[in-house]
Amino acid sequence: MDNLLSVVTFLPLLGAIILAVFLRGTDAAAQKNAKLVALVVTIATFIISIAIYTQFDPNNTGFQLVEEYEWFGGLTYKLGVDGISVLFVLLTTFLMPIVIGACWLVTDRVKEYMILFLILETLMIAVFCALDLILFYVVFEAGLIPMFLIVGIWGGQNRIYAAFKFFLYTLFGSVLMLVAMLAMWWDAGTTDIPTLLNHTFASETFSIAGVTVVGGMQTLLFLAFFASFAVKMPMWPVHTWLPDAHVQAPTAGSVVLAAILLKMGGYGFLRFSLPMFPVAADVLATFVMTLSVIAIIYTSLVAMMQEDMKKLIAYSSVAHMGFVTMGIFTLNQQGLDGAIFQMISHGFISGALFLGVGVIYDRMHTRDIDAYGGLVVRMPAYALVFMLFTMANVGLPGTSGFVGEFLTLTAAFKANTWIAFGATTGVILSAAYALWLYRRVVFGDLIKESLKGITDMDRRERLMMAPLVVMTLLLGIYPALVLDLIGPSVSALVEHVQSATPETVTAAVSKASH
Amino acid sequence: MISSDLNIVLPEIILAVFSMAALMFAVYTKKDDTAPVVTWATAAVMIALGLWIAFSPMENRTAFNGAFVDDGFSRFAKVLMLWASAIMLLLSQDYLRRNDMFKFEYPILIALATIGMMMMVSAGDLMALYMGLELQSLSLYVIAAFRRDSLKSTEAGLKYFVLGALSSGMLLYGASFVYGYTGTTNFAGIASTIKSDGLELGMIFGLVFLCVGMAFKISAAPFHMWTPDVYEGSPTPVTAFFATAPKVAAAGLFARVMFDAFGGAQGDWTQIVAFLSLVSMFLGAVAAIGQTNIKRLMAYSSIAHMGFALMGLAAGTEEGVKALLIYMAIYVVMNIGTFAFILNMEKDGRAVTDIRSLGMYSKQSLGKAAALTALLFSLAGIPPLVGFVGKLFVLQAAVEAGMAWLAIAGVIASVIGAFYYLRVIYYIWFGEDAEGIDGRMPSLHYVTLMGSAALMLLGIINLFGLEGYAAAAAASLLQ
Repeated sequence: MDNLLSVVTFLPLLGAIILAVFLRGTDAAAQKNAKLVALVVTIATFIISIAIYTQFDPNNTGFQLVEEYEWFGGLTYKLGVDGISVLFVLLTTFLMPIVIGACWLVTDRVKEYMILFLILETLMIAVFCALDLILFYVVFEAGLIPMFLIVGIWGGQNRIYAAFKFFLYTLFGSVLMLVAMLAMWWDAGTTDIPTLLNHTFASETFSIAGVTVVGGMQTLLFLAFFASFAVKMPMWPVHTWLPDAHVQAPTAGSVVLAAILLKMGGYGFLRFSLPMFPVAADVLATFVMTLSVIAIIYTSLVAMMQEDMKKLIAYSSVAHMGFVTMGIFTLNQQGLDGAIFQMISHGFISGALFLGVGVIYDRMHTRDIDAYGGLVVRMPAYALVFMLFTMANVGLPGTSGFVGEFLTLTAAFKANTWIAFGATTGVILSAAYALWLYRRVVFGDLIKESLKGITDMDRRERLMMAPLVVMTLLLGIYPALVLDLIGPSVSALVEHVQSATPETVTAAVSKASH
Repeated sequence: MISSDLNIVLPEIILAVFSMAALMFAVYTKKDDTAPVVTWATAAVMIALGLWIAFSPMENRTAFNGAFVDDGFSRFAKVLMLWASAIMLLLSQDYLRRNDMFKFEYPILIALATIGMMMMVSAGDLMALYMGLELQSLSLYVIAAFRRDSLKSTEAGLKYFVLGALSSGMLLYGASFVYGYTGTTNFAGIASTIKSDGLELGMIFGLVFLCVGMAFKISAAPFHMWTPDVYEGSPTPVTAFFATAPKVAAAGLFARVMFDAFGGAQGDWTQIVAFLSLVSMFLGAVAAIGQTNIKRLMAYSSIAHMGFALMGLAAGTEEGVKALLIYMAIYVVMNIGTFAFILNMEKDGRAVTDIRSLGMYSKQSLGKAAALTALLFSLAGIPPLVGFVGKLFVLQAAVEAGMAWLAIAGVIASVIGAFYYLRVIYYIWFGEDAEGIDGRMPSLHYVTLMGSAALMLLGIINLFGLEGYAAAAAASLLQ
């Protein structure tokens, strides 16, 4: 198949159109049909996307499965994957059937719900495949629309505030990136990402209005991209939209948000910030790593004090994304490997944790930690699964959470000991909040009257959790599965960055200090 | 000589003769009973003229010693205006009939305004410019006050007239300066004087006053004060008309005067236009936040949109003009679709303008709600809807012209502006249940609404080839 990536990208959209055009009625049968169509489409997309995996050659560090067509205005419709993006595509297609499964109990406006998730899947896959700057921007931004509606329509009590905050926060970051993209288009004369990866943007230090900009134009462009990706990641101190959005979003929305949408920020750093602005990345690496460490420690402490389970997991996501940005900006092989691994693994773990919260929320309709306790008595299977993912979240060896944290910490130690020291305390804190959460929810005596009748996970919930359990353990025991796939591309990226930095940066810094 | 000149202005003459004939026909027959016939005939003539202009061979011609210019640029604008006017005219019928205002003068006034607009974008002389501008404005003053027995409508008409007359005065004042310093009213003559003598102080005065006058017409801040009141007070179909074709005409005229007459003084007028653009974008974005009246909201929205369109002009390049034209075309389509919906916002036979009445409209009518949502996201400039593409082109033009600061300001304003479009969407999808409007919608409006929403969604594929036409039009203006 020549158009494999297009097929995978647009299959969910096709499903959405079929639902929109052919499905009528709102009775139980129609709702069931909508869910079934969405499930079949997402599973089909996943099965086809396996072909991407089999056709992908890890030793080729260029873009593969490339498709290119003319668009308007000198732009191109160009898709392709390399070692850095291929896993994110697979992560998306892998998780979407589970997300649809998580919607199974929704009864309000089911057809629209399914349509929005299918559109969202198309846009998310396109983000990771896009090889044209403007195409990337279009799909990156377009994802806001379905997510805004998902949070707004099917969200919790305070959903309106959360939806607006999510939308405007993310939009604000992105539009600055748009201006930077236009400047790059103007400078390089093309929007083709593979060409831009080899284009050298000016990095001579200059000063505007008395402020010396080390790294020149690259730094300005970097900061514009940073505004977008840092919000999306999210990094401290622009993370505040995330807890709101997570708490208010329906379970499936939370899973998509945590497992896939957050990864776009990290992917953006790897695809744009590092290779296109290597000098700026080098200049600002310490700054970003410092922010990351603050995020790790601060949000872990905040997570410890949460009363709301979803909020706790949301803050822990911010902390884990801190490891990712820290890893990326160590600018060495382990750091990048670790960051990508951490993102993939966090996709499974955080997705599973939000599903886990969803399981008990569906039964008790509350997310207050205080409302639970002693669940192990009535829900042994749930206790086991939740235990596994809590441990994976802490980074227990044998689970995928360990590999990413270990690699990023090793890389950080090489780059800056203090950063590594700070981040490691974050690991301890994460154990504290996660274990404490687990103790309060699952252990203890079952004394609350309301919990006496609670039932264990049913077959649907077990089916949803099973693939996540398998992946978490598999990647924990055999991380080479991921690392072999991304290794060559990552080392090519690291080489590219390092070849572009040393002499220019020293020159720039020494010039600035004079 | 005269016959070849007349040949060039034939579309305008046909429309003018048609409106006179229609006027006579209606007066000497059964008056208002003929309104539907006249309306359909006017729309048909406009659409036919648009087709004719669109398919006539591309060549640049001038008539009457350069007073009338027929080039790719004017043709692009004319086709857009004629079709927009025709559609708006047809959409008005239903509303006018229900509110007992369906008089035969309405289509004729719209036709006269359209002739004025066609003159404006073809003007090659300050006299021709003023003639077109006044023909358009006078017709618009009358239809703004078309609901004679409504206080708000007559107030809107009067306000529009007084402020419009003031702006015409300023424009004339500027024109007299220009004439005084160059000794000619012909754009080519003005351009050659600037080329040989440079821009003298008096000419700068003239330029500034001309810009002020045109900024009034295009409703760019800080000369926008009339817009919200006139939009709110006028009957809704008139508001819808104001928001579409006249904006294209004003933008076209602005570009025409700046490039044809003051092409040699680009450094001076790009500053003025950039300022107008900056202020309009922010004012349109910020002032609309508190609005709950959808007509006032659309007024501020149009101010913000004009700010973006002027950003293309401020770039002062061929790319910029292309961006301006694409932006205007997209803007017109978005507004036609949105107003097709607004025209039908009513409850128990009374027009409703409060956006809160849209509460949970999506439960009431999913298809229309989805179409309106697409249009609103497009107005906000969120990809993948076409409204984003318009912004992309003007921002690109600004960045390439070295105006990155304006582009940055523009995107920040667009984020602020996104808030109020989102608020309408919020009412439609997850606000309080209001049942505020009836579900009734004539099929013509339904088709227009759905069609323009579909254009917004599908346009991202290739813009329907619009870019090529706009590029050719822009090239013809700058040669």
